[in-house]
Amino acid sequence: MCLAIPALIKSIEDKEAEAEIGGITRRISLWLTPEAEVGDYVLVHTGYAINVLDQEEAEETLKLLEEIAAAAEEGEG
Amino acid sequence: MKFIDEFRRSELAKGLISQIHRRSRTPARFMEFCGGHTATIFRYGIRQVLPSNIEMVSGPGCPICVTANADLDKAIALAQIPEVIIATFGDMLKVPASHSSLQEVKADGADVRIVYSTMDALKIAEENPTESVVFLGIGFETTAPTIAASILQAEEGRIRNYYVLSLHKLCPPVIQAILDSGEVKLHGLICPGHVSAIIGSHPWEFIARDYGIPCVVSGFEPLDVLQCVDMLVAQIENGESKVEIAYRRGVRPEGNREALRLMGRVFEPCPAWWRGMGEVPDSGLKLRKEYQRFDAELAFDIDPGTAYEPKGCICGDILRGVKTPLDCRLFGRACTPEYPVGPCMVSSEGSCSAHYLYGGGFEG
Repeated sequence: MCLAIPALIKSIEDKEAEAEIGGITRRISLWLTPEAEVGDYVLVHTGYAINVLDQEEAEETLKLLEEIAAAAEEGEG
Repeated sequence: MKFIDEFRRSELAKGLISQIHRRSRTPARFMEFCGGHTATIFRYGIRQVLPSNIEMVSGPGCPICVTANADLDKAIALAQIPEVIIATFGDMLKVPASHSSLQEVKADGADVRIVYSTMDALKIAEENPTESVVFLGIGFETTAPTIAASILQAEEGRIRNYYVLSLHKLCPPVIQAILDSGEVKLHGLICPGHVSAIIGSHPWEFIARDYGIPCVVSGFEPLDVLQCVDMLVAQIENGESKVEIAYRRGVRPEGNREALRLMGRVFEPCPAWWRGMGEVPDSGLKLRKEYQRFDAELAFDIDPGTAYEPKGCICGDILRGVKTPLDCRLFGRACTPEYPVGPCMVSSEGSCSAHYLYGGGFEG
């Protein structure tokens, strides 16, 4: 029920935006994320963007997970 | 970066699983509060790849599952008023209330429409000015701000035939109720990611501080959940209990201030009735006085009658984490996703549905 999926904002008009979700464009509301800009990825829940996704944080998390995986492989080898 | 496939990479999952096995020594029971996490854990077989000293239990984080029959009966009663159009998220349709479901009353002629968003419900209200549209406000802190926004939009657009049945629930108070009951001993909490996207990580701090239970906010991809488990294990093995965020791309410690502001403008906390847990103080949301004209319960005179619980159903015990679906005599026999007896079999996030669809045969 609390499902929210990443969507890429393509254009903004007032408090609404056209956003691409898995190749499909749909209209979403920006009432809860007035700071969202074109080119941002947002988390969309029931048609509303509930947060702007943080690309830097995502990259940092993946970097950490890559280090963990490298260390695990080394340990096995 | 598309924020999905990157967090499903199997080679990174292997690394996390290996680290969890290497680090974890202490027997521990973790609760995933959120039904979305239950779905991820079952879909990707995460229980099966964890060390045997880690036990996972599902919590009450499925809004449909925890809605009491007395409240579901109100929705049914509203649907039976001739000039009312019910607008609801689709997973509500099959949920059995005391005497029938929305699907059944729809088949009998009630106007029940499935919407993806409150924006669709507002559109239905605009297109049907002589009828009244009642949106079923079921959901946690993730959903409540979207419904608050719809009420403010209705006010702004002078849409006078839009109402909300406010059955929203708040997560931290119910976790506290579960911990205070002492029925289930927990050593770690997987905190809900999208609830926390709104409320932030601070509201979980009392659990780490007052109950000494490590808390980690998790996202919903398999790597998110594995990373979360790894962080819980690290806290346990280091003798710590604090709140951490494993889902940093989607959750900030302070949450979404605009969403919290709109939610606080329209709603105020009230006691709420949870299936299996009874009344929990300050765990619900009602419309503030200024917005009471949108309150469906005040706008329509309904008498839902006495509520009944389905005989033999143990959804309440499952939602508290004290029993599992396999303890239920109805599971998979009298109660299936096709013909559900209890709500945990209806919602795709309910633990009975997850057990039924993905099985696993591994408890703990």
